[in-house]
Amino acid sequence: MCLAIPMVLVERNEFEGVAEIDGVQRRISVMYVPEAEIGDFVLVHAGYAIGQVDADEAAKTLELLREYSDSMAEL
Amino acid sequence: MAGILDQLREAAEKLERRVTLMEVCGTHTHSVAGAGLRRLMPQKVRLISGPGCPVCVTPVDYLDRALALAAIPENLICTFGDLMRVPSSTVSLEHARAEGARVEVVYSPRDALDIARARPDQKVIFLSVGFETTVPTIAGALAEAEADGVPNFLILPGNKTMPQVMRVLVDDPELDVDGFLLPGHVSVITGWKLFQFLADDFNVSGVVAGFLPTDVAQGVLALVRQAVEGKAEIGNVYGRVVTAEGNTRARELVDRFFQPSDEVWRGFGTVPGSGLGLRPEYDHRNAALIEVTVPPPAEPVGCRCGDVLRGVIDPPECPLFDSGCDPDTPIGACMVSSEGTCAAWYRHERWAEGAGS
Repeated sequence: MCLAIPMVLVERNEFEGVAEIDGVQRRISVMYVPEAEIGDFVLVHAGYAIGQVDADEAAKTLELLREYSDSMAEL
Repeated sequence: MAGILDQLREAAEKLERRVTLMEVCGTHTHSVAGAGLRRLMPQKVRLISGPGCPVCVTPVDYLDRALALAAIPENLICTFGDLMRVPSSTVSLEHARAEGARVEVVYSPRDALDIARARPDQKVIFLSVGFETTVPTIAGALAEAEADGVPNFLILPGNKTMPQVMRVLVDDPELDVDGFLLPGHVSVITGWKLFQFLADDFNVSGVVAGFLPTDVAQGVLALVRQAVEGKAEIGNVYGRVVTAEGNTRARELVDRFFQPSDEVWRGFGTVPGSGLGLRPEYDHRNAALIEVTVPPPAEPVGCRCGDVLRGVIDPPECPLFDSGCDPDTPIGACMVSSEGTCAAWYRHERWAEGAGS
């Protein structure tokens, strides 16, 4: 349940943003990552960006997610 | 990976006795099982799972209360999907929905808030379950509901936090945990400093790790090296994702709405200060204050989910494991959730005789 998915921030204002991964876009709250800029990877959990992550770490996490995507589908 | 395992074997040879390391995060559980990491551990390293799955530790009476609330016509229950199949004393939320109860699965507490805006005639009750990672998302939705004046958005508080239950684990004479693999995404919010008490008060080590099997192995290696050197420190191998301080902005908003509460954990009973209750000034958003009749709690007969969550048995030691309880027809909560220890073992470690013992 604590799974957070790295996504690229493609739009933001003070509170609202849009994040994207693999062509899927999602409206998210960016209230907890005031310093995240467009193009940065953010960790998205339940509709909120909870932190920032560098591109290397994001790639590693995405690898895990793709590997387990079937069994993790309902998380 | 092979390199890390070689280093691990080399380090473990210097251990004077077998060490027990526990992970307390459902995603770690999954990663360890999926990669068969337990079987790759040196003989002197025992890797066990603890209470890392929020759905699994949620006690049966929380579900009973949610079902009772769902039976009131003006209420609409919103929940994360993984609570849907968890058994209550009677039926699951999924079952109740099939029989007409209003239960909706949402991805985010904000989706529940949107439903509340769209249906002002209904009380929309979000089932507030999850650890430190999840609580800020609920606090965020509460803040929006307050700011925008959405009176019909409520929560049923049931959130839990790790430190107090970890104190119970280190005090458990049946366990003898030498070190913890600390949860990566909880630590994004709390910062790794939250776990400093393990080293300071209990002389137990802890290392924050990421979620790939190699990350987990790296965490284990760091813990084993500490054990070899006789050290007990809090470390972090989850790179720049986790800081000492965590996300202070998120924690400030959590503090605005929540205060420490005594919570019941499956397998542990009531653990003082191990959860987050809504502050009394937000009673108008607290669905636990709605009067309902809740049946006496009844756990599934024979299910040893509680002992699995405490780390005192591995899933195959439960008489129901693979004998009536499996992911398709789960009996206990640890088999229902895909990040539950029993589900992870069933999928990946069922055939590994003696693994982890």
